[in-house]
Parts: sequence; structure tokens; C-alpha cells
Amino acid sequence: MKRWGMTAVAVGLLISLGYPVFRGLARAAGGSDPIKIGILHSLSGTMAISETSIKDVMMMGVEEINTSGGVLGRKLEPIVEDPASNWDLFAEKAKKLLQQDKVPVVFGCWTSVSRKSVLPVFEKNDGLLFYPVQYEGEECSRNVVYTGAAVNQQAIPAVEYFLGKEGGQKKKFYLVGTDYVYPRTTNKILRAMLLAKGISKDDIAEEYTPFHHQDYQTIIAKIKRFCAGGKAAVINTINGDSNVPFFKELANQGIKADDCPVMSFSVAEDELRGVDTKTLVGHLAAWNYFESVDAPANKDFVKRFKAFAQKNHLPDASKRVTDDPIFWGYVGLFTWKAAVEKAGSTDVEAVLRALPGLEIPTPAGPIVVDQKNHHTAKPVYIGRIMPNGQFDIIYKSPGLVQPQPWSQYTYAERSCDWSQGGKGSYDMIGGKRVYLDPAALPIGS
Amino acid sequence: MVEPGGRALLRKRPGGVGWMLGLLLLASGGAQISAAETVVPQETAELLQGLAGPEVALQEKAVAALADRGDPPALFILKALEEGGLNLWTTPSGEHRVVILRTDEGPSGSRNVLVDPLSATVLREWSDSDEGLAPVSLHSSEARRLLHLALERLKLFDPSPGVRSAAATRMGNEGEASAIPQLARALSLERDRWTRHAMEGAIAQIHLIDPDPAVRKEAAITLGRIRSVEALPQLRALLVGATAETDAGVREAVGASVRKIETYQSFEQLLETLFSGLSLGSILLMMGLGLAIIFGLMGVINMAHGEMMMVGAYATFTLQELFASHLPSAYQDLYFLAAIPFSFLITALGGLLLEKSIIRFLYGRPLETLLATWGVSLVLQQAARWYFGDLTSVNAPGFLRGGVQVMAGLVLPYNRIFIIVLSALGLWAVHLLLSRSRWGLKMRAVTQNRDMSACLGISTRRVDGWTFALGAGLAGLAGCALTLIGNVDPEMGKTYIVDSFMVVVVGGVGKLAGTVVSALGIGMLNKILEPMIGGTGGAIYAKLFLLAGIILFLQRKPSGLFPGKGRAVESP
Repeated sequence: MKRWGMTAVAVGLLISLGYPVFRGLARAAGGSDPIKIGILHSLSGTMAISETSIKDVMMMGVEEINTSGGVLGRKLEPIVEDPASNWDLFAEKAKKLLQQDKVPVVFGCWTSVSRKSVLPVFEKNDGLLFYPVQYEGEECSRNVVYTGAAVNQQAIPAVEYFLGKEGGQKKKFYLVGTDYVYPRTTNKILRAMLLAKGISKDDIAEEYTPFHHQDYQTIIAKIKRFCAGGKAAVINTINGDSNVPFFKELANQGIKADDCPVMSFSVAEDELRGVDTKTLVGHLAAWNYFESVDAPANKDFVKRFKAFAQKNHLPDASKRVTDDPIFWGYVGLFTWKAAVEKAGSTDVEAVLRALPGLEIPTPAGPIVVDQKNHHTAKPVYIGRIMPNGQFDIIYKSPGLVQPQPWSQYTYAERSCDWSQGGKGSYDMIGGKRVYLDPAALPIGS
Repeated sequence: MVEPGGRALLRKRPGGVGWMLGLLLLASGGAQISAAETVVPQETAELLQGLAGPEVALQEKAVAALADRGDPPALFILKALEEGGLNLWTTPSGEHRVVILRTDEGPSGSRNVLVDPLSATVLREWSDSDEGLAPVSLHSSEARRLLHLALERLKLFDPSPGVRSAAATRMGNEGEASAIPQLARALSLERDRWTRHAMEGAIAQIHLIDPDPAVRKEAAITLGRIRSVEALPQLRALLVGATAETDAGVREAVGASVRKIETYQSFEQLLETLFSGLSLGSILLMMGLGLAIIFGLMGVINMAHGEMMMVGAYATFTLQELFASHLPSAYQDLYFLAAIPFSFLITALGGLLLEKSIIRFLYGRPLETLLATWGVSLVLQQAARWYFGDLTSVNAPGFLRGGVQVMAGLVLPYNRIFIIVLSALGLWAVHLLLSRSRWGLKMRAVTQNRDMSACLGISTRRVDGWTFALGAGLAGLAGCALTLIGNVDPEMGKTYIVDSFMVVVVGGVGKLAGTVVSALGIGMLNKILEPMIGGTGGAIYAKLFLLAGIILFLQRKPSGLFPGKGRAVESP
């Protein structure tokens, strides 16, 4: 028995040690190894309702890239990790992707909590994360490319719409959201903006509820009283499934969308797939893309995604839709591809040098990667929810809106620059740049 | 409203498409005239052409003309335009037609159809894979404003009272004097109590900015008399600051009205808080009742209780899907009535199964039951996620949507009233069962003294099974009711389990009265604390204080409000 045991151990050692050597030899010999890319999205848990679709569209993007020759002649091999809506697990899985699988790029995260959790991992291991979701700003990491909207590319234009003639020249704003960093920070910026625009302090109300909150009776009653007299709007940063009881209660207590419009920043076509839209018709949302954007390339993109879902028997395949985060997940992949092809390598440094100023053709029109701050310039759309779960676009920004990770309303002197030896976020003190230590930046201050 | 024919004919554009479209519409219009029930003037067809064309000025003229016309075909077209249903259809043969895309509820479910705007007849079915539709949208904000204004005025005569009162309220807030004749006319035709209230208030609000002080005073008095909460901000603004009222008599009337309305509002808020406390309490009661039986009477810690509720909710969802795919749409809402007994039975069966397979072996060992049921809850959660996915929605049946308006500004939603009634009925049924029936007697006997009951010939094994099934069935019933309020997802059990245990433990195990008192008490306290704490985190801190309060309470009285007096189920 002992003999067998020794032999088994010896063979095992040979294989486990020999294989990587063999692979390394094969690679050195110039074989076209696939490029591994990481996909880090929750496929289970609270956020699965939102994140699974991004993973699906990325798989479609990978398939399209591979059929058209891959990146630098090499196919892409996606490694999908499911952190199950557990923020700590996000960091663990990110570590695994960067240290074990040694991927040159990861596409992932949705909630700001998950992104903040993985940030130290990416910065320590010099990884690259493409983040496709709108967020609260006040961050500018060297290792993250933000393809989602900063506050001035979604929230601020939305409130400006309400302040303007088209939006009804609203004078009272009720800011309601889930209690975590994204709504708190966004509302801090919006409050500063509203006060600067002359809205009185008494006409701005703020309210937060925990995740999974189900009972909105008191809050809806407050909103009703707030909206009495007209000229009021609700800014909704509630995240996740709490939106369902919120809108149900709103409709049941007789509040009409025209009298008291609710502008949501976290409700898109994909979330509307799973709710009873009758209670939401007429309410608004602001994004940088809608499935109903009228461009032939976009219609083709939507068709391809639906066909992909049917072909791969994804759950609910016939009713799949595209929306803003799905779109930016897809565009992020092609942005990375373009940068890699420009740089000629997948090395993180080279890609980061190739990104600034890159113009990416997307199915809904071209966008530009900012020269300095690792964000993207994009158009802003405001849409009204229709009974079929799609959006009727009622506003489009005149051009691409340049991203400002630090809002002019809360950090007027602060900006972010990673180009030409810049070291990220800096304050202008006495006319000179004073760079901030990223580790010292408080979270959601 | 201007009579039809009062507008000059629109000049046709010499563009090719315009001619073709015009001819086509005229031809179709002409053909439809004999078939249609109402005679459609040629002008409406031309206005439709202008509406769908690219010229901005023509579009604005068309909107204004259709608004002035105001007859049913014009209203039909304008409404479709506002809802985004108006489309320009390029047929396979190359013609251009203006059509309305609508979703119809047919015998085989919903389908999309193309409707002719002039005659409202269905042209053909439309599926997602069909091509050639381009939505007609308004090019200028002026056109949008005209459309909005037109529809607002027309909404005063909409069949739905909710739409009418909302339109009236809006006009009151906008303060346009030109709206008064419309409002007065609508008021004279109005029968619904609250819509009359809204219209009266709207007229008075507009009169508040009349140049004549006597009119203003009368308006202020009216608003106070009808207790118009809607006008409160406007009235308040008249008392102080730059917009203050100059005439002393008017100011006095305004002040008196503000006081009246504010008193009324406090009273209304009190009723609101009471109702929402009762509603939340009834939900907690439904959740806690099943657990009170299982934990209270049997001493079994069932961590899968939340998942039982989830099973009931998913049973409701399944029934909804079944009804949607097999029955004509007229009967679809009945799924909910069928779901109530169905969810009870399914979960009761599940509970019985659970008891016979796992719990039975673990009596008298609370830690093991806790672990085992926790494991079961995880399995059920993942099974639900795997089978149903994360995107399921239960649409409340039509008869439970909306609410009943009892006072100005107070709307009690039907779904919450239904849940209150359901929980009261459930409570009463359980009470009857436990106190009046043989089975209830057996249950109580086994709970109080298992060995003696066995000696007296009661099959304790069977009673255990039934008790657990009853508790689980009640959880399923709660899950069915909860689909009216919140979301249905695999995690919903976790959201409710803590509240359920809280209710049962505070109430005291062993007596149902305890559960009732604690459920209603916790619900009321929660709803009273929320506005009291106020600030930005009312909802968060109310729950926190409540939990802290419960912890402190349990330190003093660990057995809860109504401690039970019996022995817990011991090991066989």
C-alpha cells in the first residue's frame, strides 16, 4: 500500500509541477493563448436581478469578438466569478482573479459598496477594473475605468430638467433613497446644487430607508403632503427590490405621475421586466442610454441580444431587454479591446496610456474616453416609462457631457488627472495642484 | 369649444410623401365613412397628416386644431399621441399610413394591434418581429405644451374620476383664469364627491389671485370650508413674506382658513398613522400567527418560516401565470381568489412533509431544530432561485388596486384593507379551531401534557403533524397576502423572519392573545415613531429604537407579554 501511495504522490507532483512548465514552454513557443478576462458580477442574491444581464451581454460581446478574430489575434476566455451580492466576497473573488488567474482586466461590480470593497485589491495588485454603472463620484482610481455616469452626467441634468421649463419649473424636491453611500452622496451634491440655484432649504426634503424596506406608507403620505400645491418632484435613489413596494404604495394612495413625477436613477428597462409597470407609467428615469434610442445600429444591437438570449436558453429569453448598465458593460469590453489594440499589449500600464481621448463607436453613437480622469463622455437621456416597460425619450442632451468625478457644487476646487504624470485627485490651493493621497480619501464624506 | 369647421383648411405640402399620404388617408377616410359609426370630417384626416409630418409649425397647428375640435376622434388621436402609440407605418408595399399601436386583451392573452386613428377599427395584428413602424413624436416643446394643455382640459371629462380630479387639482395649482369656465362646466356635470371637492377647490384657488378682494375673500373662506389641503401652501404663502396679501379682510379670512385646514390636517395625519399602524400590525400578525402556533404551542424553532411564506407567495405567482396562459383575460384577476386557499394548502402540505421527515426526530432539542430548519430554509431559497429566477412579479388583481378616499387627502388602499380583513378572519378561524374543535382540544392537550395525552389515547404523532401543517399553512397565507404589498423574490423570507420571531417572542409563547397584542402594538409603535423621529432616517431609526425597546423589554419580562403556562413538547 505504501508503495502505491508513494507512486501516486510522485505522479501527482509531476503533473502539478510539470503542467505550468509545459504551458509556459508552449506560450514561449509563440502559441496563440487565449487572453483571460475576468467578469465579476453577482449572479445570485439581491443584486442578481440587475447584474446577471450584464454578464449575459458580456458573453455575447466575447462571442462577437472571438468570431471576428479576437484581440491581437488571440481569443478571449472569460472567467466568470459570482460574488453573490456579498460585498466581502467581491474583494475575495477580485483577489482570486488578479492573483490566481492573473487576468489583465476585470469587468464588474454594480453597487458602490462592492466597488469600494474591491478598490484596495485592484490598487494593490495593479489590476484594471471596468465599472459600467452610474455612481456617486468622489472617486478617481488609477486602476478603474468608469464607463458609468458620474453625478453630473445623470443626476444633475435630471434635476436641471425639472428646474427648467420643459420639466415644469419645479420648486420643491423630495429626495428619497436607500441608506448607503450612493444615495447619500448624490443627495448631498443635489442639495448643494439646489441651494445654489435658489431653491429654499424648506423646499428640499431628504429621506432614507434601509435595503429591503417594504413599508412605505408613512413616506408616501409625507410625499403626498409635500406635493400639495404643485411644482414638486421626487428624486428617487432607492435601490433594489424596495422600488416595487414604493411604487405600488404611491399608485395605491392615488398620487399621479403628472402631479408628483418621480425621477429614478436606478430603475431601467431590466428592472421593469420584473415589475407590474401599471403603477409606474408616466414616471421618469435619467440614463445615458435607452433601448428605445432611435439608431439603426442600436436596433440591431437589441435584436442580437435577444437572439443571443434565445439561442443560449437564458431565463426569460424572449422578454430580454437592453438598458444602460448592460449597454456600458458591452461598450466597456470594446473600449478595452480598442485600447489594447492601440497599445499593442494587454499590459495594464500600456492600456491605461492608450485609453485617454479614445473615441469608441457604440451602437447608440460615439463616445469619448476622457483625456484625464478615466471616465467617459456620454449623452444624457431622460425617458418616461411606458406601459410596455420601455422608455419614451423626452430629453436628450445637445452633445456629449464631459464627466466630472468631483462635483463643482461640493468640491469646486477639486479635480482628477492621471495623464502626463498626474497623480489622480488634487485640490487647487493657491493656484497650484496639491495631490491627494488616495488612501486618505474618506468614503462618502 | 370651437365648433368643427371653424378652422381654415391646412394647405397641403407639395412633397411626394405628403401627396401620397394625403390621398391615401382621404381614400381610406372616404372608404371608412360608410363603415364607421361616426362621420369623420375630411379635416381630421388632414390634421393627422400634419401631425405625422416633419414640419414643426404644421404639427403645432394640427395639435391646436385637434384640441379645439375636441370630438371623440380628435381625443382618440391626441391621447394616442401622448401615450406614444401614434406611429407612421411603412407597409410592405411602400405606402405610408398613420396608425395607432395598441395592446389589446384578447381571449388568448394580450396582443399588439394596429388601429386606424380615424375609425378606431383594428387593421391587423402586430408582433415584435414585424418592421416598419416609426413613432410619431412632437418636434417642439410648444407642440408638447399645446398637447398637454389640450389633454388637461379634455381630462376634466374623462370617464375615470381619478383622472378628472387630478386634472382639476393641476389646474388649480397652475392658477390660469382661462380654465375657470371649463372647471365650472365640469363641476355642474360632476357627480363624484371627491372630484367635486377637487374642482371646487381648484376654482377657489384660481379665484385667490383675482384682482377683486371680495372674490379673494370668498375664495379663502371656501377653501377653509372644504378643508382643501391642496391649497394650504398657497394660503400660507399669502400670510407672510413678499407674496403676502395686502387687504386686511382677505388676510383675516386666509388666516382663519389656514388654521382650519391645519387642524384638519393634524386629525387626518392621526387617522393615517392609526391606519398604517393597523395595516403593519395586521401584516405582522399574519406572519406571526403561524409561527406562534409552531413555536408557541410546539416549542419548535422554525427558521424556515420565512421560506414558508415565500412558498405561499410563489404559489400565488404560479397560479397567476397559469390563469394568464389558460384563461381569457376577463377571468385573470380571479387567480387571487383561488390563490388564497391554494397557498394555504400547498404550504400546509409542505409543512406536514417537513414535520414528518425532519422535525419529528428533533423534539426537545431546540438547537438541532434551529439548525435543521435553517438548512431547509437555505435549500428552499436556492430552489426558488433556480426554478423561478430573480425576476418574478405578482400583479395585484384589478379589484384590489387603488384605494378608497375617506377624507380629503386620505386614501386608504384596498390591498391593505383586504389584508386587515384577511388577518382578522384568519385569527378568528384559528381561535375557533383551537377553542371549539376536537382537533384544537387535542392540540392544546398535547402541548400541555404530552404523556398524559398519549395515555388518554390521543395520537400525539398525528397531532404534531397537523399542528405544524396549520402553522405552515398560515405562513403560506401570509405570503399570498404579502404579494399585494411587496416584491416576490427568493430572499423575501429573510426580510420577514426577524419580524415574525420578534412578534411571537414579545407576545409570549403559548397564547395567541399575546401574538395579537404584540403584533398590533409593534405595528402601531413603529408607525408612530417614524414621523416622530423624522429627519432623514425616520424609517431606519424607528426600527432601531423599536428593536432596542424590545430587547430592553425582554430583559425585564423574558417570557413576553402573556407567558404560557404549560410544558413544552418533550422528546417522545
